[in-house]
Order: sequence, then C-alpha cells, then structure tokens
Amino acid sequence: MRLAQQLRPAILSVLVLSLVTGGLFPLVLFAIGGILFPDQAGGSLTLLHGTVVGSRLIGQDFTGPEWFQPRPSAAGNGYDGTASGATNLAPDNPRLKEGAAGFAGARALAAQYRRRNGLAADAPIPIDAVTRSGSGLDPDISPANAFLQVARVAEVRKLEEDAVRRLVAQHVVQPQLGLLGDPRVSVLELNLALVRLQQQPTVGLPAAR
Amino acid sequence: MSWLEYTAFIGTVLALASPLGTYLTCVCERRRTFLDPLLRPIESTLYRLLGVQVGQEMSAVTYAVCFVAFGAGCAVLLFLILMLQRALPGGPSDVYLTTPMTVDLAANTAVSFTTTTTWQAYAGENTLRYLSQVTGLVAQNFLAGAAGLAVGFAFIRGIARQTAATIGNFWVDLVRSLLWVLLPLSLVGSLLLVWQGVPLNLSPYTLAHTLEGRTQLIAQGPVAALEFIKNLGTNGGGFFNANGAHPYANPTPLTNFIGMLAICALPAALMITLGQLTQRLRAGWLLLSVMVVLFVGGLAVCDHAERATPPRLADLHLVGGNMEGKEVRFGIGESTLTTVVTSNTSTGSYNAQHDSYRPLGVLVPLTFLLLGEVVFGGLGTGVYSMAMMALVAAFLGALMIGRTPEYLGKKVTVAETRWIALYVLTGPMVVLVLTAFAVLTHAGRAAVGLNPGPRGFTEIVFAYASCVANNGLALSGLDANNVFYNTTTIVAMLAGRYGLAVLALLAAGFFAGQRRVVPSAGTLPIDTPTFGLLLLGTILLTAAVSFLPALAMGPIVELLQR
Repeated sequence: MRLAQQLRPAILSVLVLSLVTGGLFPLVLFAIGGILFPDQAGGSLTLLHGTVVGSRLIGQDFTGPEWFQPRPSAAGNGYDGTASGATNLAPDNPRLKEGAAGFAGARALAAQYRRRNGLAADAPIPIDAVTRSGSGLDPDISPANAFLQVARVAEVRKLEEDAVRRLVAQHVVQPQLGLLGDPRVSVLELNLALVRLQQQPTVGLPAAR
Repeated sequence: MSWLEYTAFIGTVLALASPLGTYLTCVCERRRTFLDPLLRPIESTLYRLLGVQVGQEMSAVTYAVCFVAFGAGCAVLLFLILMLQRALPGGPSDVYLTTPMTVDLAANTAVSFTTTTTWQAYAGENTLRYLSQVTGLVAQNFLAGAAGLAVGFAFIRGIARQTAATIGNFWVDLVRSLLWVLLPLSLVGSLLLVWQGVPLNLSPYTLAHTLEGRTQLIAQGPVAALEFIKNLGTNGGGFFNANGAHPYANPTPLTNFIGMLAICALPAALMITLGQLTQRLRAGWLLLSVMVVLFVGGLAVCDHAERATPPRLADLHLVGGNMEGKEVRFGIGESTLTTVVTSNTSTGSYNAQHDSYRPLGVLVPLTFLLLGEVVFGGLGTGVYSMAMMALVAAFLGALMIGRTPEYLGKKVTVAETRWIALYVLTGPMVVLVLTAFAVLTHAGRAAVGLNPGPRGFTEIVFAYASCVANNGLALSGLDANNVFYNTTTIVAMLAGRYGLAVLALLAAGFFAGQRRVVPSAGTLPIDTPTFGLLLLGTILLTAAVSFLPALAMGPIVELLQR
C-alpha cells in the first residue's frame, strides 16, 4: 500500500470527522437534551418572585448573620462564577494556616467562625468551614457545619432554634444511591427555605422585576 | 464508608470487562454487533467520502505514519480554530475572555488536545468561545480518543496474527471506534450528565441577584457536550478552570461515579479483548488483576493520607480530613478515588486540587504517572502500556529460567527487544531531561512561586510526568501559561503520544510476522499468580530505578521534613 494514497483520507478524515464529532454530535445532543431536561440544560437556575437568585448548583456568598454561610472561596474575590479555582496551597505551606495580606488563613478563619457562632475558643469545628474548595464554587457545607450555625441564624431571625434545626435536618442530602459521596447541605437551598419559612420578604431581598 | 463505594466501583469495572471486551472484539474484527443495521450504512458512506479502501490493510510502518499524520492534521486544525476564535460568533462575550490566546498557548492547547493529554494552561471560562470549545475541543476529544483506540486495536492484532505483513487499516479502525464506541456511548452518557444538572446551553453568562441583595455572574456554556467524552476518550480537559471540581461540570457524586466508570471501563475491557484475540483469555484476566492490585494499593495509601486532618492544622481543633481543594459533595472518598482513577488512565479530569494534597497523597498520583499509565491506561494506548511491561517481565522471567522469552505465543527476539527497550526508556528520559532543564533555567524556576521548597520541585516533575503520560493532571501551583512551559510540555506530550505509539506499533509489526508458538513444558506460564508477581515487580522496579532520586527530592523529602 503506497503512502501517497493515504494523503486524501488523512486530510478528509480530519475535516469530515471533526464536523461529525464537533458539529453533528453537539447538535443532536442539544436537540435531545434541551427537550428532555430544559431546566438542567439552562444551568439549574433558581427563581424567587421572578428574579434569578442563583443556580442550585453554584455556591454563592452569604455574609450576613441571618444566613447560613458557605465555605470560604478562592474563586476570584470569592464565589466568582466566572473564575473557578482553588488556592493550590500545599498543606505545609505556612500561608494556608497563617494567611497573607488580603488572604485569611485557616487560623483566622477558624477564630472568625467560632466568634460568629458563639463557640468556645477550642470547640471542635468541621474542617470544611475553614478550607477553600476545589472549584471555589462549592454549593454545599457539611451537615455538622450547618448545625453549628443554627443557633446564630435562629437568634437573628427570632425563630425557634428547633424549627431551624428541623429545617437543616430536612435539607441534609444523603449519599446518592446510599453509597456515593458524602452527606451535605446546600447553602442556597437552605437559605431559600429560611425565606419561605418566614413567608415574608427579608431585608435586602431584591424587588421582583 | 468509602470502601463500599470503592468496592462498588472496582466491582462494576470488572463486571463490565467481559461484555464490553467481547463487544470491542467485534468492533476490532468487524464482526456483527446489535448496532450494525444502523451504523453499517453510515460507515460505508464515510469510507466513500474519505476515499478509504476497506480491504486494504497496512503494514505497521504505514499504520504509524497514518496515525501521526492524522494527529498532525487535527493539531493544525485546532490551532487555527483557537487562533481565529475571536472571529467566531456566540458567547461568552469578549469582555470575559481575559486570557489572551497567544501563539504558544494555542500551540500548546492544540498539541495537548490532539494527544489526549488535555494539559490546560488556561482557564476555560475566561479564555475560550463556546464555539471553540465545541468545534475545537469536543471534536478533538473524540478524534484523539478514537485514534488511541485504533492503535490499541492494531497492537492487539499484531500480537494475535500469525505470519502477517499487516496490522489493519488505520482509517477503518478510526471510523469504527467513533461510530461503534465513542459516539453512541457519549450520547447516552452526556444525556445522563444533563439529567444530573450539567448545563447545555449557549446563553450569556447569567446575572443572579442573590438573597443578600448582591449580584453573582455565573459562567454558562455547552458544558455537557464536553464533560462525558473528556472521560470516555481518556482526555480529561474540562470546560471550566476547576475541571471536575466545578459544580456545573460534575454536579453530583453520581456524575462523578459515571465519569470514573467512563474512564476505566473500556481500557479494562481491552485486556479481555487482548486475551480473546490472542486466545489467551486467562493472560488477559491476569493483566487486569495486576492492574487492580496496583489500583487498590494506591487507593489505600491516598485515602489514608487525605483522611487525616493535616498535622500542621492540628492545634486549630478541626474535625475531618484534608478538605482544602476538595468539594463537600465528593468528600475524601470520591476525591481520592478520582485521583487514583485519573492519574492512572491518561485522563487527568481531577475533581480536587492535588497541589493541596498531603505529600503521600501527591506521591500516589505522581507514581502512577511515572509507572507509564499501566493501570487501565489511556483508551487503546493502555493496551500497549501494560503489554510492553508484560513483555519485559516475560523477557526477564525467561532469562532467569534460561528459556527463549515468549509472551502471548510470540517470541521476544532481538528485533522486538530493541523497540521494547526504547519504549521503556523513552518516558524516563524525557521526564528527567526536561525536569533538569527546567530546574537549571531561570524561566523554569520562575514558574514556581506559590509553594516553595520540595513541593515546588514536585510541581515541575509532576508537570512533565503528566505530559509524557498524556495525562494532563497538574499541581496547579505551577504557573504554566508562559513560553517556557508551553513549549517544553509540547515536547513531552509529543514524545509520550507519538514516540511511544510508534515504538509499540513497530514491535506489533514484528510480532505479526511471527508464527504463534505452541506452549510447551519449558514455556514460562503467563497466566499464573507467579507471573503476576513478576510483572508487578517489573513495573515497580523499572520505575523505581528511573525515578527514585527525583521522587526523593520531591514528595519523599517533604514527607520526611516534618
């Protein structure tokens, strides 16, 4: 078989097969996926009073004491949905623990978490509360992290602590199929549930548009 | 708890190996499958269009030339798409594309995606148009994966055939890999991902008004078109910067599990295909067993390292494993499982940031990269990654008992040994020379800034090991988007892809010419636990001899520092 004979298939296969896999395949996928799962295909956006308040899948920042708060984030200046990323700090890098200018280390984050939630200086806290995730957009916190925030949220919102604790318990997502992944609580879903629980627009809620 | 998931994962891969392996045998040998009524007409149309003569078989040399030419053509096409992407219509709009597509970045990305490496020196959401991701990257994920599978088929044929001058037709293998394997599986798999929440749209970035009265801009895109094939084709490059850690790319533990299965199932099944076609099924299962032993060993060490709270943070009274750089939904279990899967399989679609792993946690994926992707390995390429080591083991074993070395019924003579030896030496040579070069030059050292000391050195070794393995995993503390790393990693990727595949194909060509030897009393059995141990020792010792000094200066010294 002569090599020169291979020139035509070599050139055409690159073009034709690129078209099939990079053109035809996505089109078919769009057609089927868009019809079957329009909500997910659109980014699982969550609306409240007609306004997009976020995506169920993408973590967002909450800083006020009346909200359950997410993990610290290294995406942009924190939960930047257009700049996913992590700290990439090695565990033995001093910056991870002690921080640097404009960057809170684990020690400062732990102290802040304890202060905010009224915990003793040596109270054990879940590690996800003071570490930044791989994407910087982690929508979840551990159930332990959520339960430690219950007292604060209940107090600020003047709710029964038990009612808030029940709400958290309802929002604990167990491992999928009973064995995949870790138990978790979605911060946005939990905060949305708080809003619905109180049945009134909260301070700072954007007006419907 | 995680061991339940680990067991379920390995169990599923092994359970799928036999049926999938049989199916791949049919695809390789053009036997009937249930998809034939649908696909045969498309297949023959494509051959007519491309000018492929189905009956014409190729020698190993011609096959290798076609494989390289196809890869080169794909790289040129992708390079052009990337350089001209600003002219492409659609989102995301120019204001978000903040990373400039320089010539060196485009060249690096073009080579990276056409060699299944998908080393990414850029962040998807602020570098690429949706259309470059789809027409460029999605296409190359398919094509590079299919080309790898084609080479795997050809290698198997080389060992399976007797007194043959040819090992198949590259174009036929390429088209059949796409039509019968990658396209149908990707369609189903991608839809599963959309169902679980992976976006599939061309919308502008979404502006959300949060409950607290602030705004959040959320990147969108045709994410699902890429995220399944990146795993199935053992490519690994993600749509977003955070790759599989991004909640849009990998929203649930189930999508992660599906992705890991997509990576491992076909390479594992190809061991059964190898066994079936060489009529040494037990030898195929033995190779698979050795893989599982290495896999479980690495998983145990990595899980152990990451599950403990980092000692440096001990006085902060924290509860839980090393969660820096990891997502809550995956926890330690799915993160380390993914580390072991992706570091082994030329895939590199991480879901946690490895630079924040503990020294032992980094040592595991680095070791797997340096072993040469023998555990499952890349799609198609994993066949020869493991078989070449088995040939070395058979050679050593035969020398010990004073017999002619044989493997899978073929003699390992001087001609084949030459290519095998070159093959084994290529990886270490490229990794170590490039690492030394980087450490000796200012440009190479300047990229290490975030993590000083031994971790910085590890980042460099890891980068070249990953590129030679066509893997794409990175310790991202290394600032890799610059002329120095963009060009030197190109060398590593090309050597790891074409250097190794060509040597494997040439060896396969020699094997095809031989008659199959009937096993006699003097033949070293290749399907016993003894041979498995010999193979395990060969794999580990070959890597240790080459890389122990480099590992000692990186993760091992970091481990001992405390």
